[in-house]
Amino acid sequence: MAQIEIDRVRHLYRPPRGKPVLALEDISLEVREREFLALLGPSGCGKSTLLYLIGGFLPVEGGRIAIDGKAIAGPGPDRGIVFQHFALFPWKTVRGNILYGLERQGMPRAEREKRAQDFIDLVGLTGFEDSFPSHLSGGMKQRTAIARTLAFDPKILLMDEPFGALDAQTRHLMQMELLGIWQRTPKTVIFVTHDVQEAVYLADRVAVMSARPGRIKAMVDTRFDKNDKGIFRAKPFVDKVDELWNLVRDEAIKAQDARIGGSGS
Amino acid sequence: MSQALVRYAPLALVALAWELVARLGLVSSAALPPLSKVVVAWIGLLQSGDLVAAAAASLYRGGAGLALAIAFGAALGIAMAWWRPANAFMSPLVEMFYPMPKSALIPVTVIWLGFGDGSKILLIFLGCMLPVTLGAFNGARSSDRVLVWSARSMGASRIRMLWDVVVPSAMPEMLNGVRTALALSFILLVSSELIVSRQGLGYLIGYLGADGAYEPMFAVVLTVAFLGFAADRLYMLVVRRVMAWRD
Repeated sequence: MAQIEIDRVRHLYRPPRGKPVLALEDISLEVREREFLALLGPSGCGKSTLLYLIGGFLPVEGGRIAIDGKAIAGPGPDRGIVFQHFALFPWKTVRGNILYGLERQGMPRAEREKRAQDFIDLVGLTGFEDSFPSHLSGGMKQRTAIARTLAFDPKILLMDEPFGALDAQTRHLMQMELLGIWQRTPKTVIFVTHDVQEAVYLADRVAVMSARPGRIKAMVDTRFDKNDKGIFRAKPFVDKVDELWNLVRDEAIKAQDARIGGSGS
Repeated sequence: MSQALVRYAPLALVALAWELVARLGLVSSAALPPLSKVVVAWIGLLQSGDLVAAAAASLYRGGAGLALAIAFGAALGIAMAWWRPANAFMSPLVEMFYPMPKSALIPVTVIWLGFGDGSKILLIFLGCMLPVTLGAFNGARSSDRVLVWSARSMGASRIRMLWDVVVPSAMPEMLNGVRTALALSFILLVSSELIVSRQGLGYLIGYLGADGAYEPMFAVVLTVAFLGFAADRLYMLVVRRVMAWRD
């Protein structure tokens, strides 16, 4: 049985002014336990919205989302989330941020101190425990955010374009680190991105979404040997990136046309 | 230290000009007694214990009123930002009351609570609460939703999330509101003591002035100015501590 079941979900986005917009239409999707699924699509296609619905941050108004057979009701520590702009508590240090989830779960003090330190070491932030986020680089902030989420051990990891705000080199390093972490501590991951190569490299399966209203346009299997150093030049990988890029390009053009056409009306 | 000397050098120039203008007889000594005589009078007041007693009474009233204003003001602002009924009920009242000159309440608070500490504390509480409320309200409303979501997904209840995320998010703007409230508290304190009181720095200014004792009167006026300045500096020092994470 699938761990996450998304069944005919639709979602209306209600802007503060103006008419509601259909953001997601008839989304059905199943995610297996320990699967790494990427949601790929042009900006504005509702892929982040879908992630927020799974996270329980937005109410499910049409359709059903269930985890282990139970419909979700609000956010919970079974689903950890990592945001594009890190969402660290700026008034807490690196250690304070990572401790927060452990405190909320009521872990005893000595145990949580040790666990926080383990995760600080894991993401390579040893020596920066007492720094505030404002003193860290983008990459270090995202390492902190990932450590904070991994530390309280959610079984599902939701990632909302987590490397989108990083420079290309840092992004690549973080992708490799994430894969390494995921291989050591397998979790179900849903990873939102608009970067085709990132999706193919990281995920087992890629759900390609259409321009607004967002629908699942295609499901593509992207299992490769991720530990192969030459993967980015290997023909099957390059072909897969091409195949997905063709699927996404049409949607990106449609999304752009909709924006240009929409601005006049 | 030397930087501070340069920064406050204009004050020394004004003090010098004050002394000269008074000594040369350019203004009458009732309008402006020489600064040196004011300082002598100040030492006299200090030795007699009058100044300390008056300052203690005033600081108690100001401190109590301000503490209440901060506690209730912050709670109200955050409640209005996060709970619609509180906002619907309170915002018209806040809008009405905010621009009103709070000194108009001096006689009202006296009718309610008499001439003593209670009426001053109530006045300062009422007068200083709204800047804190507005600061807390605006700050709380601008809390980043991804921070709220992060806390919730890590297992924080709604109430817990208010305390852990919304309150610290509101802090910078709320602390600005408190600074305004601090300045207001001095204004309300001294004016209410001038008008209806038998104690305190404002009362002392009024009493000495009516008695024609202008040198000690100026000494008390300068004391009030200095206390206001010191309170603001001290407050900013605390704020920099609390906001250390920001830079």
